[in-house]
Amino acid sequence: MIAGIDIGSRSIELVCLRDGERVLMRRLPTTFDPLAQIDSLLADVKCSAIAATGYGRALAAKALAQNGLPAVETITEIKAYALGAAALAPEARTVLDIGGQDTKAISLAGAGRVLKFEMNDRCAAGTGKFLEHVASVFQIAIEDFGAYALQGQEPLAINSMCTVFAETEATSLMARGYKPQDIALGLHASIVKRTMNMLGRVGLHHPVLFAGGVANNPCVVKLVTEALGHVPIVPDEPEMVGALGAALHAARLSVPA
Amino acid sequence: MADSEYREMWEKLDLDLPAHDALLEVLGKFYGDIYMSQQGRLQGMEYLDFVLSEVHGLRIKELQDAKAEGRKIVGTFCVFVPEEITLAADAVHVGLCSGADAGTELAEQLVPRNTCALIKSFIGFKLARLCPFTESCDLIVGETTCDGKKKAYEAFADHAPMYVMEVPQQKRACDRELWKSEVLRYKEAVEKLTGTTITAERLRKAITIVNDRRRALQRLNALRSANPAPISGRDALLINQVSFYDDPLRFTQSINALCDQIEERIAAREGVAPADTPRLLLSGCPMAVPNWKLPYVIESAGAVIVGEESCIGTRNIRDLVDESGETVEDMLDALVDRYLKIDCACFTPNDERMDNVAAMAREYNADGVVQYSLMFCQPYGHEAIKLGKRLDAEQIPSLAIETDYSMEDVEQLKTRVEAFTEMLVR
Repeated sequence: MIAGIDIGSRSIELVCLRDGERVLMRRLPTTFDPLAQIDSLLADVKCSAIAATGYGRALAAKALAQNGLPAVETITEIKAYALGAAALAPEARTVLDIGGQDTKAISLAGAGRVLKFEMNDRCAAGTGKFLEHVASVFQIAIEDFGAYALQGQEPLAINSMCTVFAETEATSLMARGYKPQDIALGLHASIVKRTMNMLGRVGLHHPVLFAGGVANNPCVVKLVTEALGHVPIVPDEPEMVGALGAALHAARLSVPA
Repeated sequence: MADSEYREMWEKLDLDLPAHDALLEVLGKFYGDIYMSQQGRLQGMEYLDFVLSEVHGLRIKELQDAKAEGRKIVGTFCVFVPEEITLAADAVHVGLCSGADAGTELAEQLVPRNTCALIKSFIGFKLARLCPFTESCDLIVGETTCDGKKKAYEAFADHAPMYVMEVPQQKRACDRELWKSEVLRYKEAVEKLTGTTITAERLRKAITIVNDRRRALQRLNALRSANPAPISGRDALLINQVSFYDDPLRFTQSINALCDQIEERIAAREGVAPADTPRLLLSGCPMAVPNWKLPYVIESAGAVIVGEESCIGTRNIRDLVDESGETVEDMLDALVDRYLKIDCACFTPNDERMDNVAAMAREYNADGVVQYSLMFCQPYGHEAIKLGKRLDAEQIPSLAIETDYSMEDVEQLKTRVEAFTEMLVR
């Protein structure tokens, strides 16, 4: 069995392949002890090769190699999402990945080759972290926040680029008596606006595969669809694409020469 | 020389000793991590290790000795200040500290927060009393290469003996006239400062000294087109950085000796990285000591830097001053012409830079270009977009990075640079 593991800022995903087929997918929150979480994810898994991606990739690779795994490799999230996307939808030409801490736009050639990519700067505006933060201001569970925003009719403009200032902007709109659903819709729209700029910079080509945890949010998906004028490909369990890409990379490595 | 004597010297220069000790400690550790950890380094780099370890010690002692002999010290921040004129008046020409987060809070009392790290750094170093070069200067020469610097020098003039040259922003005949008048004005200022009249003989000698240093660095750069890369980009950057501090004659001799070693290495087909390592050109803003963050990230990501298209790199050495002039007037004209070839992003238009970057990428067999701009550096920020398009058109992959001197973005930088390197590996 071959494994790929994606250590993100919010969650860790594991995908295992046997003869090219996905036989196991698991997910745990990252917490403050990612190595312990990796251990529990892999506790009963016997694999001959593993590749790690995500911001914790170097840490994970070091720990896994010490555990005596024969082949441990690291790849960046950019490459992992490109490989994963190409396997799920070979026709995809652009990948949009909105994760916990980073947003990425990747322009693809065939076979998961990266032509160009863009990533957000240090700031978390426009990421899953931003949505989590504002959802907590609304006292709504993050899983329900998209459905809540979809009840809005008139998206209110949120202009602030900074997560904390966007919160201030949202609370001041609340204080002025605007409908909270419209404010929530506006906050979702601000993410999509940033995302579209990023897609534009890598040279947007259709079809677009939308991956990462935020692709589970129905409001973001609807707004992305409207902004693109095309329906993006949203895979089942979009947060697993990076781990899948890592597993595919590990599988390539383990092919006997 | 004993450490206690250095301390006495630093005290005389009115440095903040505890803060300066802390700075040297960080610098030493940083240098150890980034430089001494490299495998297969050239023996000739020992000279640079020594110069850097003594950058605030022996070199400052030399400056104080020069001052004791009646020579003047001129400090600069930019490759536009004609060093030949400084040297012809028998003054010492040195670059100043501007490559580390130092005295940032103090600097932000003089310049806006959204000022680039380099400007904040030179002001911070002065206000926090941390730079023995700045404190040794009899004159500090600024230049109008961007609005940030231009305005910062106004505030800086309250704290240091400041002189500003106006660099034109176009390259028409009238701009050349302006630049020539500025070069003449600088010559007069230096003559007044030193009491030395610049004669044809003195100026000719100075031109040769600076040209010889440029020739040594040109030789080094040309050797870097070899595959496998014979020297790391970090080491080459350090050489370029040290060229702004060290005595030019000693520097030229040491770099030529290093080049001899590099030639042997190339003949033996040895390198600092395997031949299939992705080769990157670093392009954009200057990197003063100890700004090594991005080069370190790049070379830790499995790539090797084969050239620096920046002021601390080819922009400062590409063109020589014509040496055929007989009179002071001839030589000043040659200087004016040479300096106006500099393709700084302050110029409009500046298409020659686009041509130069593309040509360098080919000459050094680079697989891609990493564009580096300091956050809030408008000229290079703008050109990053233009150059990115040009490189796309030439099918040269490029990655634009905007950062500063802090360490908070290292992980994100690693991801970007590693992803770019992955793109280049087939």
